[in-house]
Amino acid sequence: MTIFGFGWEIMTNETNYQDRQWLDPDAEPFIQLRGVTKQFGSFTAVKGVDLDIYKGELFSLLGGSGCGKTTLLRMLAGFETPTSGTIYIDGMAMNDVPPYERPVNMMFQSYALFPHMTVESNVAYGLKRDGVKKSEIAERVDAMLSMVELSDFAKRKPHQLSGGQRQRVALARALVKRPKVLLLDEPLVALDKRLREQTQFELMNIQDKLGVTFIVVTHDQEEAMTLSTRIAVMDQGQFMQIGTPTEIYEYPETKLIANFIGSVNMFEGRVVSNDDDHMLVDSVETACRFELGAVAKAEKGAKLWVAVRPEKISMSTTAPQSVGTNQIKGTVHDIGYLGNMSIYRIQLDQNGSSEGGSLVEVTVPNQVRPKDGKHAIDWDDEVYLSWHPESSVALFR
Amino acid sequence: MMTPDADNKANIQSTHSSSVAGVGSRITELFFNKIHEKWRSIVVAIPFIWLLVFFLAPFFIVFKISIAESLIASPPFSSLFDWTEEGVITVRVIFDSFLYLVEDELYLDTYLTSIRISSISTLICLLLGYPIAYAIIKSPDTTRHILLLMVILPFWTSFLLRVYAWMGLLADQGTINDLLIWLGIIDKPIRLLYSHFAVYVGIVYTYIPFMILPLYANMEKLDMTLHEAAADLGAKPMSTFFTVTLPLTLPGIIAGSLLVFIPATGEYVIPDLLGGGNVSMIGKVLYNEFNANHDWPVASAVAIALLLALVVPMMIYQHVQSKEGVS
Ligand SMILES: Nc1ncnc2c1ncn2[C@@H]1O[C@H](COP(=O)(O)OP(=O)(O)O)[C@@H](O)[C@H]1O
Ligand SMILES: [Mg+2]
Repeated sequence: MTIFGFGWEIMTNETNYQDRQWLDPDAEPFIQLRGVTKQFGSFTAVKGVDLDIYKGELFSLLGGSGCGKTTLLRMLAGFETPTSGTIYIDGMAMNDVPPYERPVNMMFQSYALFPHMTVESNVAYGLKRDGVKKSEIAERVDAMLSMVELSDFAKRKPHQLSGGQRQRVALARALVKRPKVLLLDEPLVALDKRLREQTQFELMNIQDKLGVTFIVVTHDQEEAMTLSTRIAVMDQGQFMQIGTPTEIYEYPETKLIANFIGSVNMFEGRVVSNDDDHMLVDSVETACRFELGAVAKAEKGAKLWVAVRPEKISMSTTAPQSVGTNQIKGTVHDIGYLGNMSIYRIQLDQNGSSEGGSLVEVTVPNQVRPKDGKHAIDWDDEVYLSWHPESSVALFR
Repeated sequence: MMTPDADNKANIQSTHSSSVAGVGSRITELFFNKIHEKWRSIVVAIPFIWLLVFFLAPFFIVFKISIAESLIASPPFSSLFDWTEEGVITVRVIFDSFLYLVEDELYLDTYLTSIRISSISTLICLLLGYPIAYAIIKSPDTTRHILLLMVILPFWTSFLLRVYAWMGLLADQGTINDLLIWLGIIDKPIRLLYSHFAVYVGIVYTYIPFMILPLYANMEKLDMTLHEAAADLGAKPMSTFFTVTLPLTLPGIIAGSLLVFIPATGEYVIPDLLGGGNVSMIGKVLYNEFNANHDWPVASAVAIALLLALVVPMMIYQHVQSKEGVS
């Protein structure tokens, strides 16, 4: 990484909330969406969303294809006007502000580089429009091109570059204007896996250095997890959950989110008892009794799902010393060996039925090498699964 | 840091895996490449042969006539080759016709008038056609097809008929004058027909589709997100137009302008019918030399000179373009 010497405003917030401004009740959101709706004819692409994004955040909009992410981003950039609702950037309502006067820049999904201009002219374009002095333009363009390591390509046209290089030109072109907010629409989809991972960290570095607020649209949950300070999970034009990557992964609010981010085992059950610090739930399918540490409001007899992530489950071939909660017995059905770890699919023993029950996924780090092609726990072994009460969550939807 | 090499690495890997594919597929690939090459040369040859037979051959015939001498005979010009009594071929080349073009100011004047009229018409076609083409591109799918059809629709009636229709509209007792008098804007007919104005109206009306269609074809390929990108980077609509739209539609502008300018310069029917005796363009002079004066060599010389006047600037332009493309 080259040394980067712009006189940029770096955040110097002295409170404890420095990195987590959304927890600070006094913090002023940099971007506010209030009841923003966008309709295309009779189709509603974005449905009355509210959102606060704070200065210096790297905020991700995560969701499947067609859920309205791009539409939301385009409203922020000013290419679409909300059917109703208001967008505020830096305290200013953006309704009547055209794209060329907004303090935001966008990196387009297709990069949208000007094909008739060299890399250099592409990057200089925005500065020229602002009437920046010639000498300063040259300086800033040079600095930006060396930051994205494209100095040697300054005189090339976009069609003479690879996908990764184009992506970096697009990034440089948007960043050289020192926007307050950078909008990135699926910035990494066109790159292969290796380059994508590198670029992810690169984006995080740049964001950290410049203190620019990034809003990234992505459909890749891993990407969102790696990059973001916070993620908004979107579905059908609405936010299903907004939170840090940890919150979304560890405490999903609905089955849909739990399934969307990573994999999860879901057990249907009914509440047996629910007091101050733990809840007991009887499984519908197996003879297991679940215990949950985190208490959710639930009446006795209420139906719910207990969700446990595969890596939270411990697996053993020896029966536990005593019968307790969160214990299930099953048979190894399938092993997926990934090198660093293995994914086991365990078929549960079912109540009074000879047929196999549902499959539970368990991931195990491969601390010991398989010997003679045999795993420590192998196909058709009987196994006992268990997990800590604090490791599961109760989901009602 | 991002390494530019990463892309290359991926490329190397992919070529590697394709080399594992069987030899059989390699042979079929070669076979198809061969056919492909042959086919390409055939496809390229057809227009060349066409040009040779229907353009180059007539061109040489006309050129031959232009360096002959005018005779009162049939054909009305001397032959290029003659057999003397001793059986020797003599070649008679006479540049009188070309000299005549230079000496008589009428011809130079007419050339200049023609080029001026067709240049101004081309400019008007461009100024009108560009926004029309852009509006067609920007309109929703169904309207777009209807609008495009309306551009092509005039071709379905005879060109002559349409020019006569304009005579009816522009005449002293024509529709436009009648309407203006009825509205009380004027009280006696104004001269519209048989003027430069009428010629401009006729040429612009006739040739504007040839401007709109190449522009449309060019703009259709235009990536509209580029406009958004420009706006996003702070360009106001005007600035976006001059820095992005215009440079990217330049090929369409050049194609459309040539398609209007070249035939308009040699136009005969429009200046004759709408310009009457008041507008003399080179096409009309050509016609008169052939049919009224029966001076085929001079007529041919006029044609050759016109061709040179149009082709030479184009070739210079092409040359400059290809040079720019290389660098
Ligand atoms: N200009 C438009 N006209 C009509 N429908 C649109 C338009 N733009 C987007 N949509 C629709 O809105 C929905 C959301 O689109 P988009 O925001 O692009 O989704 P995403 O980026 O999440 O994949 C899609 O169903 C899409 O068809
Ligand atoms: Mg999208």
